Amino acid sequence: MSALPAARAADTAAPAVRCRELTKSFTGAGATVHALRGIDLDVPRGGMTMLVGPSGCGKTTLISVIAGILTPDGGECLVLGTELSTLHGQRLLDFRGRSIGFIFQQFHLVPTLTVIENVTIPLIINGTPTPHARAAAAEIIAEVGLGDRGRELPGVLSGGEQQRVAIARALVHSPALVVCDEPTSALDHESGQMIMALLRRFVSLRQATIIIVTHDDRILPFADRIARMDDGRIVGIDTEATAGGQR
Amino acid sequence: MLNPDGIIVNLIALKMLFGDRGKFVGMVLGLTFAALVMTQQPSIFIGLMTRTYAAIGDVPIADVWVMDPGVQYVEENKPLRDTDLARVRGVAGVAWAVPLYKGIINAKLPDGQTKSIILTGLDDATLIGGPPALIEGRLADLRRADAIIIDREAAENRLRYVGPEGEERSLAIGDEIEINDNRATVVGIGVSTRDFILVPKAFTTYSRAIDFAPPQRRQLTYVLAKGRDGEHPGALARRIEAQTGLKALTSAEFEQLTLDYWMTNTGIPINFGVSVLLGFLVGAAVAGQSFFNFVRENLVHYAVLKAMGLRGGVLVRMVLLQALIVGGIGYGIGVGLTALFGTFMRDTVLAFRMPPALLAFAGVGVLVIVLLSALLAIRAVLRMDPAVVFRG
Ligand SMILES: Nc1ncnc2c1ncn2[C@@H]1O[C@H](COP(=O)(O)OP(=O)(O)O)[C@@H](O)[C@H]1O
Ligand SMILES: [Mg+2]
Repeated sequence: MSALPAARAADTAAPAVRCRELTKSFTGAGATVHALRGIDLDVPRGGMTMLVGPSGCGKTTLISVIAGILTPDGGECLVLGTELSTLHGQRLLDFRGRSIGFIFQQFHLVPTLTVIENVTIPLIINGTPTPHARAAAAEIIAEVGLGDRGRELPGVLSGGEQQRVAIARALVHSPALVVCDEPTSALDHESGQMIMALLRRFVSLRQATIIIVTHDDRILPFADRIARMDDGRIVGIDTEATAGGQR
Repeated sequence: MLNPDGIIVNLIALKMLFGDRGKFVGMVLGLTFAALVMTQQPSIFIGLMTRTYAAIGDVPIADVWVMDPGVQYVEENKPLRDTDLARVRGVAGVAWAVPLYKGIINAKLPDGQTKSIILTGLDDATLIGGPPALIEGRLADLRRADAIIIDREAAENRLRYVGPEGEERSLAIGDEIEINDNRATVVGIGVSTRDFILVPKAFTTYSRAIDFAPPQRRQLTYVLAKGRDGEHPGALARRIEAQTGLKALTSAEFEQLTLDYWMTNTGIPINFGVSVLLGFLVGAAVAGQSFFNFVRENLVHYAVLKAMGLRGGVLVRMVLLQALIVGGIGYGIGVGLTALFGTFMRDTVLAFRMPPALLAFAGVGVLVIVLLSALLAIRAVLRMDPAVVFRG
């Protein structure tokens, strides 16, 4: 951590994520679902945190709040030193655009854009001039091992390859926090392992903090820490020693 | 977004649009159909309607048409008194005035068939008011004994007859027919602008037309007048009206009067209006539906862009651009097809006329369709919760 540039050092004093008493419920068709029933969670800077728990326990809801795309009903959510409830409109968009990377179970690449165009999007949203964006995208596409596929459409790639493109897109603008919802659930075992190895590499290379929601036990060994959820609450944290993170 | 990346965002929007070939084709087809119906049907309608006053346009030399006050359209043929010609000539500012006879009259073809024809009688001295062009014979041949000129369209179609050897033939120079029991010899074949009522046309001199006509209809129908140099036709017409008590109209006014008559006294505008409206609605439904579906199927991508920090305003711009491009292409193809249709229909019985105002009308129509569907799509995009990116 001391190797980080000074500008980021102040930032890094705070944890990547700090949630207190976070609540969120959904009302639909008469019934109210309490998805988050008071979440207390600290995610330190750097490393890979996995969020596990039974289906419907609120994992997706929690990372949606942390990523700034879902507003909680109550509680605090400090992300990268910023209390999210103080951000609105353009400032919230700017925060997401600069600081958060997204990886989805279904990849969500734009099917009519080439691999390289898909990867430039976060840079373009942040106002990077197109030539620079393309150069940076080409570089990271090579890093995920798809250097020769930049001009192809996502549809011709395998699921594992598409997820690698998605990783490139999530990391191309060097966000401080990357959120992933079930990144390996749509993939076979081998591709899943490869994706996790790639993510691990980026964690150490770019000092990013990665939060991964998963119910895929086979990827748990990649975690630095594991937060266990049940019924809208954090019920336990396993740290590196118990989780057995691979470096 | 004001920096250069605006262009790349537009490019992304267009690639989304063109990349979804199936839906793109559906949208363009719907809009093409709407634009086609909105131009093709009205073009035929306008073409037909301009034919109602073809007989006026065929005499461009006349500034003013003088007629009975009760005349509502050019074929109505109400008689004037013979003295009216002199009265018109007496009005200040009139350079010349000539008589014109028009009447529907019976003709007997060489094989004995009887047909109704419109006989136009031209001033004996000047022969003003004849067909704009002749393909056989000369206008001056009307001065020969019993001479008439037949309109080509009539000669070749409605006045065909069975010849001595049993063969069907067109009426031709040298043929003799009977007009109201008077012998008439064809000396020329003229080409008039196609008109709306489609009664065969024949031309002769004024005095011979009076001879041919039945006794109760041996009367002047129109006086054609020309103003002196610098004389404003409208002013001249008003002066003639004031002085003679007759109806005097400039060519343009008379055309409008005739047009108005057919517009208000026939169901034609309503029929065309209904078919245009139906076409518009069908095209709007198809195009609007497929555009909305296109956006809806891309909603998750818009949501991802939103989650990644793209402003709502930029999303709106993307959807608008997509709508306008699709609209422009559909409009272009639709109007192009109409123009092509018009080219093929040139010189046929089908009337066709596509004025610029009609292009503007169709443009507005297509714009309304794409903007309405874009509006619905934009509403969906803006209402969409970015949190959907993590759900199915
Ligand atoms: N938009 C929503 N509307 C209604 N209920 C929702 C919505 N999102 C999530 N829920 C409900 O909240 C609970 C937690 O959902 P989620 O966070 O997706 O769980 P997990 O990701 O752990 O499977 C579930 O019962 C789910 O049905
Ligand atoms: Mg989930």
